[in-house]
Parts: sequence; C-alpha cells; structure tokens
Amino acid sequence: MPVLIYTETEKGNFKKNAFEVASYGVALAKQLGTSSVAIAFNPTNAAVLNEYGLDQIMVVKQDNLQGFNAKAYAATISEAALQIGAALVVVSSSADSKYASPILAASLKASYAPNVVSLPESMDPFTVKRTAFSNKGFAHTVLLSGVKMIGVANNTFGAHPTEGNAVIENFSPSLDTSIFSTKATSVDKVAGKATIADADVVVSAGRGLKGPENWGMIEELASVLGAATACSKPVSDLGWRPHGEHVGQTGKPVATNLYIAIGISGAIQHLAGVSASKVKVVINTDPEAPFFKAADYGVVGDAFVVVPQLIEKLKVFKAANA
Amino acid sequence: MKILVCISNVPDTTSKINFTENNTKFDPTGVQFVINPNDEFGLTRAMWFKEKQGASVSVVTVGDASVEPTLRKALAIGADEGYRIDALPTDGFFVAQELAALVKEVGFDLIIAGRESIDYNGGMVPGMLAHLLDFNYVTNCIDLKIEGPDITAIREIDGGKETLSTQLPLVIGGQKGLVEESDLRIPNMRGIMTARQKQLHIKAATTSENLTNDQQFSKPEAKGTVTMVDASDLDTLISLLHKEAKVL
Repeated sequence: MPVLIYTETEKGNFKKNAFEVASYGVALAKQLGTSSVAIAFNPTNAAVLNEYGLDQIMVVKQDNLQGFNAKAYAATISEAALQIGAALVVVSSSADSKYASPILAASLKASYAPNVVSLPESMDPFTVKRTAFSNKGFAHTVLLSGVKMIGVANNTFGAHPTEGNAVIENFSPSLDTSIFSTKATSVDKVAGKATIADADVVVSAGRGLKGPENWGMIEELASVLGAATACSKPVSDLGWRPHGEHVGQTGKPVATNLYIAIGISGAIQHLAGVSASKVKVVINTDPEAPFFKAADYGVVGDAFVVVPQLIEKLKVFKAANA
Repeated sequence: MKILVCISNVPDTTSKINFTENNTKFDPTGVQFVINPNDEFGLTRAMWFKEKQGASVSVVTVGDASVEPTLRKALAIGADEGYRIDALPTDGFFVAQELAALVKEVGFDLIIAGRESIDYNGGMVPGMLAHLLDFNYVTNCIDLKIEGPDITAIREIDGGKETLSTQLPLVIGGQKGLVEESDLRIPNMRGIMTARQKQLHIKAATTSENLTNDQQFSKPEAKGTVTMVDASDLDTLISLLHKEAKVL
C-alpha cells in the first residue's frame, strides 16, 4: 500500500514544493513501512528527484498534459493511485495542487486534509495536524476512509535530501478528451520572480507607504533579498498594488522564513495570514502598532528613512557574504 | 441562467478564536457570524449576472437553524430564494454531497462558491462538487465573463494569473477580484423587508457520509517577546537576522 506523491513541475522543471512533498512522502512511507512513489508530468530530468530517497518515479509524458489542467491531472493521478494501490496520496499547497486535489480526493473517495503542518500525530486513528481558522488555530483531524490524502502546508516540513535509487517508469493514463473542456488560454506570470508561495523572504508594505508611487524602495529591498513583494489588504483595496500581493485572512497566507512588514499596523486578519512565517521583522513609525507584539524583531522608525538605509547596508552585507 | 451561490456561515474576520468542551468544539460565544468573505464576492458577482444578464440567483447553506440570519442577509442583498440543508456540515465531502443532491434536484447551470471558507480553510467543497456533478471547474477565480456559450475565467496562480476558457455547467471557487471590495453591498431597509417575504426552503439532508473528523483543536503557541533594534543601528538588525535568526 504505497504512498503516492504528486511532485509538481513547471516547464519541465520541478517546483521547489516538489522536494518538500517528496521529503514528506518518503518520511511518511518509512513511518508506515511501505514504499514511496512520485508522479511527475513531463519532467525534463526525473532523476533530480533521486536525491530524496524515493522508491519509484512514475513519469507521465504526454503532449496534452504539458500545461497544468486540473481535471486531467487529477484523473491521471487518480488512475496512478489505483494502479499502484496507493493508501496515501501526498500533495502540496500550491495554487495548482489546491485546484486539482479536491477533484482527486472525490474521485478516490479519499479523506483529504489540506494545510497539514507535520507528519501524522497518530497512526491509529490516523490523525494529522492542520491549520484552521486562517492560522488562528489548528485542527487535529482523523482521516477515516481507506485512501487518505494529505496536503502539506508550504514551508513546514522542508526538503531533506537523502540517497535514493528510484526506479523510473513511464505511466500513460487513459484520458477522455471531454476532460479537457476547461482549458488555459494564456498565462500572465513574470518569469524568474520569487512568488509569495515559494520565496524564502517576503517584503510587505502597508498604508504607511502613503501611495503607490513609493513602492520603488520596497521593490528594491525585495530585489536585494531575492524576496517576493506583498501588501496589506487596504493597499490592495485602494488599488495601489495588485490583489495577488494581498496577504492576510482573505488574501494569501504567507509561510516564509523571513517576513518584513513595513508600514503595516498589524490588524488581526493580517497577523493571522502571516503567522506561519518563521521570523517577522516589523518597521513602523508607531511604537504602539499591534504588529510589534507579533514580531521577532522591531524597528520604530520612518520607513522613508529606514528602508533606504537598510537597502544600502544589505547590499554591503550581501557583497561580503556572497 | 440559473445560479446557485453556496454560502458558508463563518466567524467575522476580526474574531478571536476559542475552543470549548475540552478543545473538541469551536466556541461561538461572543462571535459574530457573517457570510464567508470569499462567498460574498461570488454573491455580488451573481447579482451582476442577475441585473445585467437576467440570471436567477439562489443561495444555499448547509447548517442548522442558527445559520438562517446569514442566509437572510444574502436574500436582503438580492438573491431570489434560499435553501438551507438541515444538517451540521461535518466535513467538505459531506457538504459537497449535500450540495450535489440539491443541484441535481433543482437544476442549476452555474454554481458559485468561495475558494475556501475562512474557518476550516478546506478549499475542497467546490472542487468535490464539480467532480460529483461532472461540471467544469475553476477556482481562485478573480474574473468571470459569460457571453453566450463562451465563458472566460481568470484564476490566480502562484506568482501570476491564468486565463481559461470553459462552458456551462460550471462550478466556480471565487475570491476577491471577482468583484472589488468596494462593490460589496450592505443590505438596505427595502432589501431587508423584501427578504422576509422570499422563500427559504428547508431540505432534509440526504444520507451523506463524512470522511474526516476534526476531533481536537489547539491554538498556536504564544509568541516570544520582540527584540527592538534602534533605527540608527540597522547593522545590529542585519547581524541578528544573520547570526541569531539565521534567515540571511
């Protein structure tokens, strides 16, 4: 009863989260005393996954599956799961995985827990810990059915390379053409830019910046740190920044290693959305800003003074530590 | 076009979350319940289809009688009729099956749900519903245009967006962007009065099963104290991030 792991690719390359879910799946298979099998769509080099200790890699090479398609990918993974008799399916928390996973879960009639933050707490009953109430709490959820499905929360388990010598096999699903009735026609994405979902550092700014014309220094700070940019809800509602950058309870959750909040006071909804980030730095003129209570490091100061200095000092630091 | 908007009854975003009965249940004491924000964006988009394209709009919630004020609010915003499926929503698969049964019985072309509820954050009901009904499906939807048989939807992806072409019947997982925050409607007195006359059908649950059980809840550990750094001493900040926090 192997563990099947959906390792995501983009244009043939494995996404960062593929290594995290592979590591999670391999550790889970060890706990269960079973084998670990990854499935990947059109990877240029499937052997890259060999560094994560998998037993088997199923490679789907099909032209009509070059780009992500939720129903077609779900049907393919479902067919693979049935073929190998998978007892557990592991997926990530990417936008694509969250799109395909409910379809996959319903088709396998699997008990599905998303946003899982650690390996199962108990095997009998099979219990996982997942975030709930938009990171204000955790649910300890029992997965009741025979086939179980775990969505690993971003940047919680981490990638753990270990030696492996996986058997790489091709897998060809039998898909009905009607499954492609919803089709992507274009993608609008800046190539090579860190995203909120997978960046190690996120630089976020709020109304304290006073206007969209002042975002240049935020972009520059992000670029020095290789970070993604984000913003508070009022900033996205005012149209200063795109909705895709809004982090918080009704925006995106952020689970990065370093979150730098500039000119954000720290409304409860924002704090919930970023609480899974490991280290939080808050820069704010108001020493009473509630965000300081949720921060690891705080600087009371004017963003227009502090941020340019921080950029210069970080450039020096980066040059010295390159 | 017959639209069904699926509504989840959730704690207001400003709520502090507590658990009760030995941490086995959510504690609703002092909590204000609202239409799940992601569903409200969808409801508001549905009202646009009603006003501009002559669609009918029904709303549904799975829950006991305590969710009715939230359904009435959706009716006051302008939905034509409401359905309450009389059962506690035990998990996502349970809710999806109940909704699928209603859709099969009544018949709808477009189902708009939220991309996730802000309480249990499952994000699975619309996708499971689409599978059970064999409808098309787009989630994280930030734009939806319907012109004759052609539907264009835009979904948010990690780091950008993707445009999709699809057709009815369709299930949408909506979020902000479907309409803007400033488009959201506060029910006026006339809306509230008319909502009282609108039909709220109460349906018995079918024999759906749940596949998961939230048996226990817990809260995040309390945060340690913040280390303050003087604004004139940013070298110390960088050094702390490098040597102590090890994130640089």
